[in-house]
Amino acid sequence: MSGLPLLTLMLVVPLVGAAVIWLLPNASSRLSKPIALGVSLLTLALALLAWARFDSGSSDRYQLTETHSWIPQFGVSYALGVDGIALSLIVMAAILTPICLLAAWNDLGEDADPKREKTYFALMLVLLTFMVGVFAARDVFLFYVFFEAMLIPVYFLIGLFGGPRRQYAAVKFILFSLVGGLIMLVAVIALYFQGPGGEQGFLYEALEGAVGGSTATQRWLFLGFFIAFAIKAPMWPVHTWLPDAASESRPATAVLLVGVLDKVGTFGMLRFCLGFFPEASKWATPVVLTLAVISVIYGALLAIGSRDIMRLIAFTSISHFGFIVMGIFAMTTTAGGGSALYMINHGFSTAGLFLLAGFLISRHGSQRIADYGGWQRVTPVLAGTFLVSGLSSLALPGLSSYVSEFLVLAGTFQRYKWVAAIATIGIVLAALYILLTYQRVFTGPRPEFAADRTPRDLGVREKVVVAPIIASFLLLGFFPKPVLDLVNPAVEQTLKIVGVTDPAPSHPTNVATGSDK
Amino acid sequence: MNSLALFAAEGEVAAATGLTAYAWLLIALPLLGAAILLLGGKATNAWGHFLATALSWASFVLGFLMLIAMIGRGHEERAMHVGGWNWVPAGQFQLETGLLIDQLSIAFVMLITFVGSLIHVYSIGYMEHDSDRRRFFAYLNLFVASMLLLVLADSYLLLFVGWEGVGLASYLLIGFWNHNPAYATAANKAFFVNRVGDVGMSIAIMFMFFTFGSVDFATVHAGAAEAGSTAMTALGLLLLVGACAKSAQFPLQSWLGDAMAGPTPVSALIHAATMVTAGVYLVVRSHDIFNAAPNAQLAVAIVGAITLLYGAIVGCAKDDIKKALAASTMSQIGYMMLAAGLGPVGYAFAIFHLITHGFFKAGMFLGAGSVMHGMKDRVDMRGFGGLSGYMKITWVTFGLGWLAILGVPPFSGFWSKDKIIESAFIGEGWRPWVFGGAAMIGAGITAFYMSRLFFMTFHGKKRWVDEHEDAERGVHPHESPLTMTVPMMVLAVGSGLLGLVLSWGGMFSHWLEPIVGGHGEEHPVLPIPVIMVLTLLLVAGGAAYAWMLYWRDDVPETAPRGSLLTQAARADLYQDAINEGLFMRPGTHLTRALVFTDGKGVDGVVGSLAASVGGLSSRLRRLQTGYARSYALTMLTGVVAVLGALWVMN
Repeated sequence: MSGLPLLTLMLVVPLVGAAVIWLLPNASSRLSKPIALGVSLLTLALALLAWARFDSGSSDRYQLTETHSWIPQFGVSYALGVDGIALSLIVMAAILTPICLLAAWNDLGEDADPKREKTYFALMLVLLTFMVGVFAARDVFLFYVFFEAMLIPVYFLIGLFGGPRRQYAAVKFILFSLVGGLIMLVAVIALYFQGPGGEQGFLYEALEGAVGGSTATQRWLFLGFFIAFAIKAPMWPVHTWLPDAASESRPATAVLLVGVLDKVGTFGMLRFCLGFFPEASKWATPVVLTLAVISVIYGALLAIGSRDIMRLIAFTSISHFGFIVMGIFAMTTTAGGGSALYMINHGFSTAGLFLLAGFLISRHGSQRIADYGGWQRVTPVLAGTFLVSGLSSLALPGLSSYVSEFLVLAGTFQRYKWVAAIATIGIVLAALYILLTYQRVFTGPRPEFAADRTPRDLGVREKVVVAPIIASFLLLGFFPKPVLDLVNPAVEQTLKIVGVTDPAPSHPTNVATGSDK
Repeated sequence: MNSLALFAAEGEVAAATGLTAYAWLLIALPLLGAAILLLGGKATNAWGHFLATALSWASFVLGFLMLIAMIGRGHEERAMHVGGWNWVPAGQFQLETGLLIDQLSIAFVMLITFVGSLIHVYSIGYMEHDSDRRRFFAYLNLFVASMLLLVLADSYLLLFVGWEGVGLASYLLIGFWNHNPAYATAANKAFFVNRVGDVGMSIAIMFMFFTFGSVDFATVHAGAAEAGSTAMTALGLLLLVGACAKSAQFPLQSWLGDAMAGPTPVSALIHAATMVTAGVYLVVRSHDIFNAAPNAQLAVAIVGAITLLYGAIVGCAKDDIKKALAASTMSQIGYMMLAAGLGPVGYAFAIFHLITHGFFKAGMFLGAGSVMHGMKDRVDMRGFGGLSGYMKITWVTFGLGWLAILGVPPFSGFWSKDKIIESAFIGEGWRPWVFGGAAMIGAGITAFYMSRLFFMTFHGKKRWVDEHEDAERGVHPHESPLTMTVPMMVLAVGSGLLGLVLSWGGMFSHWLEPIVGGHGEEHPVLPIPVIMVLTLLLVAGGAAYAWMLYWRDDVPETAPRGSLLTQAARADLYQDAINEGLFMRPGTHLTRALVFTDGKGVDGVVGSLAASVGGLSSRLRRLQTGYARSYALTMLTGVVAVLGALWVMN
């Protein structure tokens, strides 16, 4: 049992599920939904099993490893393995996928074309495989393959099933991603030659802290990776694909895109940029922090000005990604742990916002905020859950995002006081974009509807979708320890490679801190 | 050894024993109520308000028993600590939750749960006909739980959770009737202004971590004295920003008047007796920081002095009974801030006044609610008058509150406010004259506007039409039901006696001494009897002037234009116009401009750059024509190209 290749299984299971769905005869296309849900739940079970197997106390950074020779001539291996950060992201993806499937249950309507129905749900499973793969890879080339392959299902999910401007949005998404991908590809190839080489020259362990070459070479390589990740994350000024992609996507696609896929950007910065090019990372820190702070404030301002609710949520994410990047490049254990936790919390709070906005849109057929008003009187549960998700997004203390945002800011403050202080403006702006939206959509006099067309409040399926998301806000707000215990060692190991230690407090106090310690 | 030194090591607070070990229940009980009412949905409509009220009383009883246990322990062994769980372990930042039950926090527990529970009872009657009553009680319970967390927390981060929790409850309750767009805006305004304060709080907490490596009270307070006055001044000022927003102090006061959009019990509990005083609690709780930073302390006193006059002036011009009371709240908290800014001579009096004010102001707000209840929810005092004969209980209970806030001996306010005025006259140089003078003049203005309010409502000629004469515009003033009047009576007893009881033999100051430190015998720059007599003369003058204008003479039913000062005061001294011009309008223009340039500028440049770098401009057109599958081909080509490149280079 202990030899069970859990990570490979998590790659194979959704893929098999997708194949089964595609092979279904058109007459029984109805089965695609339950099959997809079942397969995603099975994957979730595997992910939880992986979590149970993972030993946070171990000195081995990568666990659950599998290594097979793939193209030894080029140093490429089929190597999988996770550290705490990767594992937490995989678990998040595995939790969000069934939630999204359930949210997307009626996306195609009652009498959908059977082919379309099969494709839609199969694509989501394919996406799950690639999401697991990109975090579980332990070989840079394999990572790159997943990184690029991920684009395919997303492209089709947007291009085939999106809103009226889906073609434009899908192509824009692909173009930005391809440019980033191509730049990274050059860097990947060059990386191999700067590393130790050999038959396993692309393994993370082989490269971490072992990339040679001149200072200039390292900086170019760093940039190659960083630009690709900045586009993915996305950071200002290469963020402009996201609002289009998110607003033309189905809400479930938007969740997986913004909540999970984009985390590859920040995940990559932490693991590749800091891990492989520590000196170049330090060199780039001032610029990166500046871009991060701009992203925080710019994303928030654009969100305030957005008239489309889906675009608004996309812009809030740009602001949040700014915080995550800031925490990574502050290079303290506190900020790093905060960033890793932020990635998880943001996944859930964005999911809440996108999916609830989706439920709203499915009732009224419009994404324009101005078309709403007074909906709290019509759909109180929808209003309340949207507000809670929004409060999590604005990082209300007591809800999950607050812990991570505070850790990022406090950890950054230790080294860069002004950066952290300026970024706190984001705290005020976040309140504006969330509460103004809530006001415009949900408050005001009760809207008039024709007697038989009054929208219904959340149904059972929709409540089941929202409940785990809201539970995560409270759970991770008051008890984030399970996730922090998972990510802390990985953050500490990365910072050790970079060779930085936390600044000591300026006036440490020598008293017992609390009587029970 | 004096008590200050003894308490310097707050970290050595004993672990809680006996009943006190269950202190988490204080918070958990009302929180449970909120959860049941919100999750239970319509099924709890019938009994939800009773459950919420019962749980709030249960918290009070528990807190009261803890108080008894605390009194039973020695003067220096009263504080206790209850551990919680490992909350945020992240690298260098490590924090556990915990509660600190000491003389200061238990005083707040008593105030919050007792006044809070009374207001629950009152609301049963007040909200009887509201279709959303269950939600209202859920929010009230949420508020009580958050407020208790705020005062019981043993670290700044946990305090901040309560701090935001009460802010959330306040937001939800101000906007409780948000089908009225103006009320929804008022709720947002309160939240936004408080977020500005949160920036101060957040940076303050980061600063503590930076300086001391921890954010729990024990570590921070023990280290404050040695961390240098520059750092502590910065820290003190940051905390003051947070305190100003929460307590509606200048210059972050603008939200409180609009907050009166909430149901009146909310105004009484949250926006008068408890939440808005949290800023005072914060300053007093952080006294070690402020003691080490004289300049920050001075800033606190200045803010308090400005606000007490600001609120008093605004209060003179308001015709809306709730907004006049709100201005008064602002002004009274100004007194507390001023006291807290005076340092060890003022801390205990700040809290003392906070508690007496909690009683008499909550009582008056409930009285105002009772008046509105009998007057078809009208709030314009120019349409009241002569109500004393129609609602006798409201009149008498309100009258006790009025005497208390005026500072007429022997009612509560006399004992607490006079002490603040006396303390403000202590010191050297210009300070005692400015602060003492402001506090004394403020007392005179307070007497004027509170008497104005009282006379306009209950005395003089009636300026309303009876329902029998005009069914449309007429009203039928009547006394409120017992659920409403009993809480008013209880609070009125407090307004009458609490000050005398708590100051008997300096009891309350002595009680708080182990927490806030003692101070030597210091004398005001004027003899105490002189201060007292002068203050009483000013109060009598203010009240007499109000009697002439609003009882003896007829009150015009539409407000006269008034002097420039009256017009300014009516417009809250133009606070909204200033905020609008400085922040809101430029902000709106900025976001609009950015939305425009993001689409045209940033997107255009980056987009074309990306397209040309990728050499894909032409392919873009082909893809857009709908041949989606050609992307798959592109991918395949890409992968082949990579492998080819690697092979060549090898």
